[in-house]
Amino acid sequence: MARYSAYSLLRNAASHNRHWRQAFRNPDPKSAYDAVIVGGGGHGLATAYYLAKEHGLRNIAVLEKGWIGGGNTGRNTTIVRSNYLWTEAALLYEKSLKLWESLSTELNFNVMFSQRGVYNLGHTLQDMRDIERRVSANRLNGIDAEVVGPAEIEARIPHINLSRDSRYPILGASFQSRGGVARHDAVAWGFARAADACGVDIVQQCEVTGIRRNGDEVSGVETTRGFVATPKIGVVVAGHASVLAKMAGIRLPLESHPLQAFVSEPLKPVLHTVVMSSAVHGYISQSDKGELVIGAGIDAYNGYGQRGSFHTIEHAMAAIIELFPIFSRVRLLRQWGGIVDISPDACPIIGKTRVKGLYFNCGWGTGGFKATPGSGWVFAHTIAQDEPQELNAAFDLDRFSSGALIDEHGAAAVAH
Amino acid sequence: MLIIDCPWCGERDETEFSCGGEAGIARPLRPESLSDAEWGDYLFMRSNPRGEHRELWNHAYGCRRWFVAVRDTVSYRFSSTAALPGTAGEPGTPDAE
Repeated sequence: MARYSAYSLLRNAASHNRHWRQAFRNPDPKSAYDAVIVGGGGHGLATAYYLAKEHGLRNIAVLEKGWIGGGNTGRNTTIVRSNYLWTEAALLYEKSLKLWESLSTELNFNVMFSQRGVYNLGHTLQDMRDIERRVSANRLNGIDAEVVGPAEIEARIPHINLSRDSRYPILGASFQSRGGVARHDAVAWGFARAADACGVDIVQQCEVTGIRRNGDEVSGVETTRGFVATPKIGVVVAGHASVLAKMAGIRLPLESHPLQAFVSEPLKPVLHTVVMSSAVHGYISQSDKGELVIGAGIDAYNGYGQRGSFHTIEHAMAAIIELFPIFSRVRLLRQWGGIVDISPDACPIIGKTRVKGLYFNCGWGTGGFKATPGSGWVFAHTIAQDEPQELNAAFDLDRFSSGALIDEHGAAAVAH
Repeated sequence: MLIIDCPWCGERDETEFSCGGEAGIARPLRPESLSDAEWGDYLFMRSNPRGEHRELWNHAYGCRRWFVAVRDTVSYRFSSTAALPGTAGEPGTPDAE
């Protein structure tokens, strides 16, 4: 891997940028690997990277049915934070946030991680009580969090509507200063390049069509480019997790829903932080290009169509204009949908299954992007050691029969 | 926006309805005789298919009745809607009240 540096920029500029090397190879699949990761999104690529880097598994492949950066990794609203209520969730997301803080250096790829802070607004007395509870829980877990009042919100976000006469007046917020945004495609490309440099084969346009079992253990995957033998399969396919589970003959507590997002035309800098509101349900930040990046809620029905209904868009717009009347005449540039796998407790499922050698990492629902490095880090450990890392032990599939759910619905600062 | 054909009221906008998820999940008659895994399966596990899906809908802002729909989860196209088996009254008859 040719390292990126100021020197490499100068050297390539001197040769008119004709000699940049491809960031990662585009190999054909081999007939056998020590482990196969199904799904080349951020989480899958991160898993492959940490498998190679920290666990020494180099003869591995990532199989992606589309292209790198074409799925949910390139379709989300790029928000990173770790202010979850319950200890299990908070520690997992905090591990991820710590990895984000050094990720550009680690990958030698600028993922444009910007810790511009995240505000979660409270609009009712109950919202404010929940915020105080969550902030206290965060601080007990060593996560930076504070409760802020309207005066501080006004100083940081001058265009927000703090009128007491609005339908849902803003009474305060929680603030996580280490939260922020990252460039989502760069995360996929950076992990792909770094994994490739460790010898990982990243195979694009290779769809897994079946999981072959030999009794109680896996023996490989059928793909559109032939059979690939492997003793370990890590499935990280977000909205399609149930489809892959069916191939292996297991059931998951997931439902796939469309989740929509939008960007506006580029504007001069106007919003310097991330604003989320679960009461009116909208979230917004401004990208470095100047576009407002806006997220909606999920559509209520199950869907694999990567698009949702218009009234969901209308609802998100109403929420944003309630918060920021100044944006009422901003035009939207693009709108799209991704498929998210919603779990019953709004927490992921990361762990083993009853089939030996088959591991699932799914159920991240609407909030998986922020967890990309941490998810890969714990999932790599789970696959390599055949047992969960301490941080994901509570996130196994067994919790849906033991009842030890980690209920982050609504508690996780935004309604899922 | 989807146009949904309520068995009682006819075609209406999606915003009048709420989606109740997968249909045909029967509550076990004797929950106390189930293992934790069987109870968990009833409570949480879903088929979540890519393609044809039998699901419940409620005409929340109309007749407020539940009904069963068959819908494709990729194209979102409804292929049928029908009254729940055993529902009192038939669609279109006065006693449907």
